[in-house]
Amino acid sequence: MKYQTQRLAYPYFIAAMGLFVAQVLGGLIAGTIYVFPNFLSDLVPFNIIRMIHTNALIVWLLMGFFGATYYLLPEETETEIHSSKIAWIQFWVFLLGAAATVVGYLFGIHEGREFLEQPIWFKIAIVIVALLFMYNVSMTLLKGKKTAIAIILTMGLWGLTLFFLFAFYNPSNLALDKMYWWYVIHLWVEGVWELILAAILGFLLIKITGVDREVIEKWLYVIVGLALFSGLLGTGHHYYWIGTPGYWQWLGSIFSALEVFPFLAMVIFSFYIVKKSTRNHPNKAALLWVLGCTVLSFFGAGVWGFMHTLAPINYYTHGTQITASHGHLAFYGAYVMINLAIITYAMPHLRGQQPYNQTLNMWSFWITSAGMCFMTFTLTAAGVLQTHLERVMGMDFMEVQEQISLFYWMRLGSGVIVVLGVLLFVYATFSKGSEEQATAG
Amino acid sequence: MSEGMTKTAARNIFFGGTIFFFVIFVSLTVQSHFHILNKSTDVATLTESVARGKDVWEENSCINCHTLFGEGAYFAPELGKVWIKFGGDEDAEAGAEALKAWMEAMPTGIEGRRQMPQFNLSDQDHEDLAAFFEWISRIDTQNWPPTPDDE
Repeated sequence: MKYQTQRLAYPYFIAAMGLFVAQVLGGLIAGTIYVFPNFLSDLVPFNIIRMIHTNALIVWLLMGFFGATYYLLPEETETEIHSSKIAWIQFWVFLLGAAATVVGYLFGIHEGREFLEQPIWFKIAIVIVALLFMYNVSMTLLKGKKTAIAIILTMGLWGLTLFFLFAFYNPSNLALDKMYWWYVIHLWVEGVWELILAAILGFLLIKITGVDREVIEKWLYVIVGLALFSGLLGTGHHYYWIGTPGYWQWLGSIFSALEVFPFLAMVIFSFYIVKKSTRNHPNKAALLWVLGCTVLSFFGAGVWGFMHTLAPINYYTHGTQITASHGHLAFYGAYVMINLAIITYAMPHLRGQQPYNQTLNMWSFWITSAGMCFMTFTLTAAGVLQTHLERVMGMDFMEVQEQISLFYWMRLGSGVIVVLGVLLFVYATFSKGSEEQATAG
Repeated sequence: MSEGMTKTAARNIFFGGTIFFFVIFVSLTVQSHFHILNKSTDVATLTESVARGKDVWEENSCINCHTLFGEGAYFAPELGKVWIKFGGDEDAEAGAEALKAWMEAMPTGIEGRRQMPQFNLSDQDHEDLAAFFEWISRIDTQNWPPTPDDE
């Protein structure tokens, strides 16, 4: 580690992993309620559990992005982070705010729009946290070297901050509410977050493969270009059935179909760069997560997204388990895996040791990824059946749910596997590798 | 991508294209905004009661089990047109009563059935929620959801 302030990433990564565990445990409970509907129904109803499951995901991914930024920005800009103090204040406000919010959820204190359930004071805290962070990042970038990776990352983070402001606009006209709600949700995950993803990916590839920065950065611009050219108007695939004009069915179908390409480009790019590797980096586990990230985000976000994005198909599949299957693999492949990749890469440096227990880490990669893939397949099967029975045959929702209960059992099974994989990841990250492994690096 | 393109060219295409598509996107959103106000929703009947009903919907986090126009949690039924399902479009009073009776009977406690919690809504809340469901049932959703059982 060349710069002192890179150490700021450490608390963020620890908090991210803690919340990650909370997230998958929440998912496990929700999956259990699907097969034992009376489980916890008096204590913590499903809507509260789901809120915790999704919100913990968002918060830990953000924690990871913050940590990743503090880790990579000094190396990219070749200068220390502007203020360590701000980074620490930002960390504690965010962590304590998130913790208080989750406790509040258990007592029924929440707002009511999906994913934006945080009470108003925490929404304001998020904006303060984001502005502190953006000040710190921007000041660092201004005084340092402006590499393409640093610029793309900063742009993505500014986008994240600005689009979150739409969370404060909640008109009583439901159609308007929904249209602007997507300014946060879609423009985050299918827009500016892809910039953050691409920047972290580019950084890791430079470090791991030693390939010339010029080549990698040119590709990065192509990828983020494809992401935004398709993703901005691709928002239209959420504007089919919510009271917005009919032309979105054309625009949304065409542009969101193109959203496959940035993910395809990422796969080709990363494998091409790794093939051209000029160095044999000891951290094989980090490379595994990087390549896995591009492949599974291509399938989860790209292929599974395309599967139901065309308006005539979406007319039948919209709001079924098909959406759930896509959501799970897309978030896992893209944003979970890029975070785990940078954590796997950075932790040995932050903890001042050689790439630790790589074998265990790689086991956690295969176990978690296998669990997520199987979960996606079961939900896809459930969704196809649900679409047919409910939307084509016209059966009642609850009746259909009984018909597809077998798949919820299998989903719960895959969820258990995922939880085990995640726990293994955390253990591998904090355990010491054997002497042999350490010297092999 | 091709060897011929320089990094500067790629960067310029990225920035130029992003601005181009962002401007188009925002313009179409503005157009859609007016479409919603003038065509697809009935703003004139968006009363205080409808707005309060939306608050009731949000305060109880209904979206984290149900869906509205397909968006939500997929754990419990879609409710965008629940007003019509409960016959509210034919007889408003009976529709509101039926909705209220349904919610008051929850949770059923039947083993193996998904449980809807008891939210202990006031009469005013029930009335407002019904007004909200009535209002959104008239939003033009481009014929979604599909209704194969209609004759």
